[in-house]
Amino acid sequence: MKRMGLFICHCGTNIADTVDVEKLAKKFESYPGIVFSTNYKYMCSHPGQALIADAIKEHDLDGVIVAACSPILHETTFRKLARQSGINPYQCEIANIREQCSWVHKDKEKATAKAEKIIKSIIEKTRLNEDLKPIEVDVTRKALVIGGGVAGIQAALDIADAGYPVLLVEKEPSIGGHMAQLSETFPTLDCSQCILTPKMVEAATHPNIELLAYSEVKSVDGYVGNFTVTIEEKATGIDWDICTGCGQCSEICPISVPSEFEKGLGNRPAIYTPFPQAVPNKPIIDSENCLEMKTGACGLCVRECEAEAINFNMEPTYREEEVGAIVVATGYELYPIMNLGEYGGGEIEDVIDGLAFERLLSSSGPTNGKIRRPSDGKLVKDIVFIQCAGSRDPEKHKPYCSRICCMYSTKQAMLYKHSVHDGQPYIFYIDIRSGGKGYEEFVERAQREDKVIYIRGKVSKLYRENGKVKIAGVDTIANKPIELEADLVVLAMAMIPTTGTEKLANVLKLQTDANGFLQETHPKLRPLESTTAGFYLAGCSQSPKDIPDTVSQASGAAAKVVGLFSGEYLQLEPTIATVDEELCSGCGICISVCPYSAREMDIGKGIAKVNEALCVGCGACVVACPSGATDQKNLTDEQISSMAKAILKGEKES
Amino acid sequence: MAFELSKESVQSDFIKKIEELSGEEISACYHCGKCSAGCPSAMAMDLLPNQIIRAIQLGDIETLKTSNTPWICASCVTCYVRCPRGIDLCSIMEAVRQMTLRTNKDHIDIKKYTGELASLPPIAVVSALRKMSS
Repeated sequence: MKRMGLFICHCGTNIADTVDVEKLAKKFESYPGIVFSTNYKYMCSHPGQALIADAIKEHDLDGVIVAACSPILHETTFRKLARQSGINPYQCEIANIREQCSWVHKDKEKATAKAEKIIKSIIEKTRLNEDLKPIEVDVTRKALVIGGGVAGIQAALDIADAGYPVLLVEKEPSIGGHMAQLSETFPTLDCSQCILTPKMVEAATHPNIELLAYSEVKSVDGYVGNFTVTIEEKATGIDWDICTGCGQCSEICPISVPSEFEKGLGNRPAIYTPFPQAVPNKPIIDSENCLEMKTGACGLCVRECEAEAINFNMEPTYREEEVGAIVVATGYELYPIMNLGEYGGGEIEDVIDGLAFERLLSSSGPTNGKIRRPSDGKLVKDIVFIQCAGSRDPEKHKPYCSRICCMYSTKQAMLYKHSVHDGQPYIFYIDIRSGGKGYEEFVERAQREDKVIYIRGKVSKLYRENGKVKIAGVDTIANKPIELEADLVVLAMAMIPTTGTEKLANVLKLQTDANGFLQETHPKLRPLESTTAGFYLAGCSQSPKDIPDTVSQASGAAAKVVGLFSGEYLQLEPTIATVDEELCSGCGICISVCPYSAREMDIGKGIAKVNEALCVGCGACVVACPSGATDQKNLTDEQISSMAKAILKGEKES
Repeated sequence: MAFELSKESVQSDFIKKIEELSGEEISACYHCGKCSAGCPSAMAMDLLPNQIIRAIQLGDIETLKTSNTPWICASCVTCYVRCPRGIDLCSIMEAVRQMTLRTNKDHIDIKKYTGELASLPPIAVVSALRKMSS
């Protein structure tokens, strides 16, 4: 007979205020199988854990039930303690009497009765638990980083510096992401290129990093430690191996179309590199606009190319790679300006978004850093920045705060003032959110030194009048409606996940949140890990964040990958499905219901096996099996039945 | 009526003059409202003390001319000792009063007063009456 100990946690007042912990501990002293029962204020604390360890030794326990918070929080903590105290960690179970009881109830008497049932059911489960050993699998010590913005670059560099090979995949022709488009960065006003381009070069030349630009991940199979990925290298139209990057093809190309990098404020040819500092610094051909590819009546670039690198008939190629961990850093884009009709988005030329204004500020931008308005090229003398354009608007747009707009608009207003000394910047805002090292001081500097006028209130509408943009807003501090005319209006558009994020999340089987950002496992306990094992999150694909936070998160994700790679083998949870080969009829229903591709047919034996590395123990196949051949370790049918009986005992039949 | 905000209004000489008279930096105020929250005379004012600074920041001179707030301010300095950005609002209030006073507009003729009032130093009487009647 098992000798079990019960440890009821008060969780301060979280549990003890609603559940009579003393009474329960007393009551369970006489429960069958329980040889020790107690309660303590914080069971997870050092003295709390010592109490459990001592009790295991003193009472010779071989089963431990901790009635406390959700197992998501501290199951690992207590199982580790059990192992250290000499019992099998899978003989330690958590009875969740906080999230599933004390937090959701008010009536102490009823909550205590419910907690008692929860504890009883877990005791019955533990009584039938077997000793289990974690499953050990080999790890492919190579990482895949998806996205070559600053997040992906940082993660790739950190993993590579730790000595592991990295594949860095970027869908655009150059790495660098949005950061490459920025002029200067808050709160230090360092030039964005000066920080980023050395990192880009380092990523491209690092002996442990293989850079695959203009490529996309098409499929991922396998499981943590052992993924097989298929990557498409898109057709560039140019053999990059022999292209010297001289740029003569771009100069001779007769086509001129709006440049994506310049946000349409400048043009590019059909054969182009996105920007002069691009890495790799090799061009691609835009097949939609190339005259030769559309009509066959050009070919100027072919004649100009001394390296003979141009090949209009190039096809995409596909390659398979084995990797052990995947960092997803697919970044953000701005909520389309067209969605803000009341602000003239997409209609008034002199209403632009924040990234477009970065290009106007950039000394290498379409206006060489002169702040000229797009409609007629006139120098801008009055400029208005509007915050929360699409953010913090759950009714019509996005409910969340995009977090970086307060700071970048402040920076843009400041840089504008440094460029146009007699100009006047205004910022319409709801709240100024300047949480971050040196951020509040930066805003104060904008107010006091650069005389940026901050107006608290939203703008109701923008319209064209007398060749300017007329703004109707309100100053809720002065308590007055405000009207003013501006040459240029910059909308701080909400940040949203990149268009491809949803598709990629489907390919990778990653969870997204209500706003389409990639979902982390837990905001505090496991913020860098996706809900699927082996996938790590970095940068704005997880939530809007600024460069310092992005780089920190990327380094954190890299540390997680390095941690995974540094073990001799990977340990997986053994609480998975098993098959009774005698009972299995080989019908294959389990294979069709398994969301993790963990069930497969053993043709020789005519039965359905379990792939131990892929199975996560979700239980779908256990329920589906018509022969009762599949069971789950430490959550067998027998255990579930005894748990149900423990809960229902004493209830009236209805 | 909406206030017509413009570069001319927010960069006007009026603001510079107030800064010169008060010795304070008008753009330093970020409208936390602590001055208004603690002002013992706020209940009698038509605009809150921080709204006076706001009107100066925007260059809204008309609002300043018509508000009773600067004249009710007792210069008790509660606002100044509490201001997180160290702004001496009393000096700004005095500067606003001075801007009106320096227009030399008197509603009374001191020479008409006799008796006890006539025996006081004329400057004291003028200051007091200007403050009460402007």
